[in-house]
Amino acid sequence: MKEAVLKYDGSFKGFLTCIFDAYDQKLKIVEIVPAGEDQVKLFSETHEIISDELKALRVLKGLKAKISSNGMTRIKWAFLSESLGIEMKLYQMIQYIFSNKKKVDTDYSHPAVLYITNIAKQVGREKHRMEAFVRFRLTKDDIYFAIIEPDFNVLPIIIKHFKSRYADQKWLIYDIKRRIGAYYDLTKTEYVSMELPEDLGISGGNLEYFDPGEIYFQKLWKEYFDSTNIKSRVNMRLHVQHVPKRYWKYLSEKSPFA
Amino acid sequence: MDFDRIKEKLNILADAAKYDVSCSSSGSKRKNTTKGLGDSSGMGICHSYTQDGRCVSLLKILLTNYCIFDCAYCVTRKSNDIKRAAFKVQEVVDLTISFYRRNYIEGLFLSSGIFKSPDHTMERLIQVAKKLRKEENFNGYIHLKSIPGASDELMREAGLYADRLSVNIEIPTKSGLKLLAPDKKHEDFMKPMKKVKDEIIQYKQESKLIKSTPKYAPAGQSTQMIVGATGESDRDIMYSSAFFYKNYNMKRVYYSGYVPISTDPRLPAIGSQVPMLRENRLYQTDWLMRFYGFDIRELLNDDFQHLDMEIDPKLSWALRNRHLFPLDINMADKQLLLRVPGIGLKSTNKIIQARKYRKLNWQHLQKIGIAINRAKYFITCDSREKELKDLTSEQLKQVIIKNSQSKFRKELSPQLSLF
Repeated sequence: MKEAVLKYDGSFKGFLTCIFDAYDQKLKIVEIVPAGEDQVKLFSETHEIISDELKALRVLKGLKAKISSNGMTRIKWAFLSESLGIEMKLYQMIQYIFSNKKKVDTDYSHPAVLYITNIAKQVGREKHRMEAFVRFRLTKDDIYFAIIEPDFNVLPIIIKHFKSRYADQKWLIYDIKRRIGAYYDLTKTEYVSMELPEDLGISGGNLEYFDPGEIYFQKLWKEYFDSTNIKSRVNMRLHVQHVPKRYWKYLSEKSPFA
Repeated sequence: MDFDRIKEKLNILADAAKYDVSCSSSGSKRKNTTKGLGDSSGMGICHSYTQDGRCVSLLKILLTNYCIFDCAYCVTRKSNDIKRAAFKVQEVVDLTISFYRRNYIEGLFLSSGIFKSPDHTMERLIQVAKKLRKEENFNGYIHLKSIPGASDELMREAGLYADRLSVNIEIPTKSGLKLLAPDKKHEDFMKPMKKVKDEIIQYKQESKLIKSTPKYAPAGQSTQMIVGATGESDRDIMYSSAFFYKNYNMKRVYYSGYVPISTDPRLPAIGSQVPMLRENRLYQTDWLMRFYGFDIRELLNDDFQHLDMEIDPKLSWALRNRHLFPLDINMADKQLLLRVPGIGLKSTNKIIQARKYRKLNWQHLQKIGIAINRAKYFITCDSREKELKDLTSEQLKQVIIKNSQSKFRKELSPQLSLF
């Protein structure tokens, strides 16, 4: 049998379609790559996979019957890591799941299961960090606006949190790395894509865009942050462990502005 | 809003509130069902961390730092010469809402110096919480201080708006309290604590019968003890702690290493070190008691009044109880697995899951993430390699210390050089 490389559109639906086709056509898969990443192996045949809702749903249904809901979440979250080669690791785990009669998604002694569990944990951590470190700024047109640049594609899984929390204010969280945002207009959230002006900044309150009071609240927050520190107990190692430096840019209390 | 005025007040009143350790925002079940602001049904979130590594989850401030009491250990004591300030009720409400909407905080932690009388102070605290809930439709987290000596009536009302109530016992022994806070009576602390506990029990029972019963302090009560101010033993501290967990259904007891703030001869001098390592060992003991099924008398007793600073309390206990080990990792009960040094709650659960599929060996255990360097002396698994077990406990302790890294190594070095 010839070795197959599957190319898909990068969506979870597309990935599940790959799984469906792999079983349906009894392919011997050596690689699954999202479009845009060319790593075609020699002596293999490339299949372009077109996302198919029905196929994806059938795989999802099959999986749900064989694993716990936690296991399902882990698979989804690991997929959002976008890390190189995650598709094959997921495929290996899914093969292991389908080849067993028992539920095996908690078999941490299986290498793929453990790998996926650990990646999902990292994604979970990033999700939690975004829920913590997102800082809204009030714009002139009354929208609470925040910019993020997460390591993993966590925007789809943080929306629920912000929706239940900020039900009575309009907000927009924009992922500048992936150029997509989530906008809540008091009734529903939808994905938006837009060009952001360069002088918007991650913190600060440029009066051209933001409410005049905005900058004062950032200053008050910084004042609070400084006052609540106990100098005789300073422990910078622990501090950086909790707030890794790559997140400081979001935090107005850590990145001084004019 | 007069930002400069607010800024100055915030500076003074946040500075004065920072010695309160609790910043927890979890454990409440207040959902945002009315399309209002805020939701505290999930886990707690730390929105930032101070340079000393503590979580910043709540806006933690005093309503005022004017106080009629003169407790030696407290910065806001009457006789201390410091700047004083007071927030208006509406100012606290506005600040909380503005910070919350920007995702800076999970909610409010409001404490206060005692002005005029305990009841007068408690009433103001309640006003803030009531305004937030009723006028702002705020479902974020609210932690109120129970003011020692406040009336039962007020404590009952406070719990209707707050998620958590706490009264800090501060000094773990009665004699210490007499020495450092002669104006305060032990009973004044206990009375509001008891009232809140009784109300929580009553509301819980009622809500079983009538679903619409309002929530009463859904995240429970907590308290705090200062460590290292009055020469108390670790046993004294942990026995009072166990007492509060058991008799007052405390959700948490916090331990706060005394930060020298006074030249009072009754207290450690300014500039003496904050006992952070001791604080850490006490928290470890607290966890063993709450989550690992240890009885406090196993960890601390008449023969063993102080925790070992060099090693964690679980390892210390295991070294005193060598006859219970080694355990077979593939057979042992959950309760016993939890007692193995180097195996935590999460690893225990993973081991129990994973061993259903196959017998576990050292490689499996390593990948699961247990601390092999400590655990290996106390367990056997599906492997022929075994660790030397004919060491005495003291020898074993030294071997483990030598082969492990402690973030406290620096503080321990004067003691270590003795060996």
